[in-house]
Amino acid sequence: MKHSFEDHTSTIPAVQEIPATPSAPRRMTLNMGPQHPSTHGVLRIVLELEGETIISAAPDIGFLHTGIEKEFEQKNWQQAVTLTDRVDYLANLSNNLVYALAVEKLLQIEIPARAQWTRVMMTEFSRLNSHLVWLGTHALDIGAMTMFFYCFREREDILRIFEMFSGQRMMTSYIRIGGLALEPPRGWQQVVGKFIRAFPSKVDEYEELLNANPIWMQRTQGVGFISLEDMLDLGITGPMLRGAGLNWDIRKSEPYSSYEKFDFKVPVETSNDVWSRYRVRIQEMRESAKIITQALEGMPEGAWQADAPHVVLPDREKMKTQMESLIYHFKIVTEGFRVPAGEVYQCIEAPRGEIGYYVVSDGTSKPYRVHMRTPSFGNLQGLPKMLENTLIADSIAALGSMDFVLGDTDR
Amino acid sequence: MNHAGVLEAREAFGETTLIVDPAQIVDLCRHLKDSEKYIRLSGITAVDLHPAEPRFEVIYHLHSIERNQRLRLKCLLSGGNPEIDSATGVWRGANWYEREVFDMFGIGFRNHPNLVRILMPIDWEGYPLRKDYPVHGYKYSYPSE
Repeated sequence: MKHSFEDHTSTIPAVQEIPATPSAPRRMTLNMGPQHPSTHGVLRIVLELEGETIISAAPDIGFLHTGIEKEFEQKNWQQAVTLTDRVDYLANLSNNLVYALAVEKLLQIEIPARAQWTRVMMTEFSRLNSHLVWLGTHALDIGAMTMFFYCFREREDILRIFEMFSGQRMMTSYIRIGGLALEPPRGWQQVVGKFIRAFPSKVDEYEELLNANPIWMQRTQGVGFISLEDMLDLGITGPMLRGAGLNWDIRKSEPYSSYEKFDFKVPVETSNDVWSRYRVRIQEMRESAKIITQALEGMPEGAWQADAPHVVLPDREKMKTQMESLIYHFKIVTEGFRVPAGEVYQCIEAPRGEIGYYVVSDGTSKPYRVHMRTPSFGNLQGLPKMLENTLIADSIAALGSMDFVLGDTDR
Repeated sequence: MNHAGVLEAREAFGETTLIVDPAQIVDLCRHLKDSEKYIRLSGITAVDLHPAEPRFEVIYHLHSIERNQRLRLKCLLSGGNPEIDSATGVWRGANWYEREVFDMFGIGFRNHPNLVRILMPIDWEGYPLRKDYPVHGYKYSYPSE
């Protein structure tokens, strides 16, 4: 029996339909997520569609909310470092760093050069890690499946380096208040050197696969436009702004952890679409590799922890032979160190944009309040504007170019 | 900063904090954005000083890319019925930050376009980041829907 088109459609219940009138065309509300593969986490977007055009998009967040800010108030200052990893699990070291810098500002302790340089090197690795995951999954969403395997191949090496330094692949907690968790392991120069010498040729491989790829170009060029004014007004930061021609990078404008001693460029593109964000991030990977090379070649000698016995645990040798150290050890382990009362806002350039920790201390051994200004939260707020009047097929590319992490958004 | 809304200016750790009269916050924000080039709102948050009175501090972090400067605004609100004007008219980006503060602290924002919970479930009771809210919460599971 032959079915007519009308018969067939009448049996499919629409999600929610508003009847068509001559003046208003048919609109449909479509629920995307929360378990949609291309939302990279648990994000729900309620789309209002007219045909294939998105009229409005309303992101619904909070599915990954774990109350980390409340948890901060229960831990002592040093314990709370472990919470920062779990905020943005792809840029864990950036979160470690910004928290450590904020508390160190309150404590007013000097961090030795070797620890600062190691911090820079490790945060740049975490930027590479984050950008690689972004490129792999973003390309996978658009249909370039090979990219995923190429990117995760290099990411695996980076995770091995993390493991070598800190004993952990993802939740490193490597950057601690007062320095680092562990002394950099013997022979790290060989492992990092081998990786970083090979890495630029790997980026060449990615570019070779994508730059002149007509499908990739069609799916990304001219897609996901949002004006620079809107972005600044809505609180978008990071590579999105640099893809719209704004040369603003916190590593340059407000240098921290001796970034001013490194020579690197801030890549800027002007076309303000998915393509330009891809170009910015690819070039950022090359710049990060340059920074890591400089850190590898010029790594200073010396202490890897601050000379602050009231904050940093003494080493075992001293603890067992000197009474002073034993007392400090006991105090730090049992009640934690105290941080002078005050408030600071510390921000750094994370892979996704500005991470800012607002830390309030009331003079006790636990944080009174920690607020995390996370880049994904700010960036995601621009999503409705970006998706307005675009095609639903382009929304996947546009979403991917924002590079948000839902753990970072919901905290 | 010559503005009637600024009650006090503090400097600490190289950061400037302005204590602001809550009634004039929107006016001051507009002034800072239009005349002082603070075009970016980095975020809005709050601190609960329970049991002190005034109980809440609402904190605004402003940033000027052109001047490469940051500024913190602070408004003190009483614990009885904490309410302040919304800054969404100045920066659209204030929208979600104010919803978050409302969600976590129960501070109301007048003239906010859509003041509903953002991170917690929509029917959640209580405001988790208040100091008198227990860490484990008042209940251990979601209500059945």
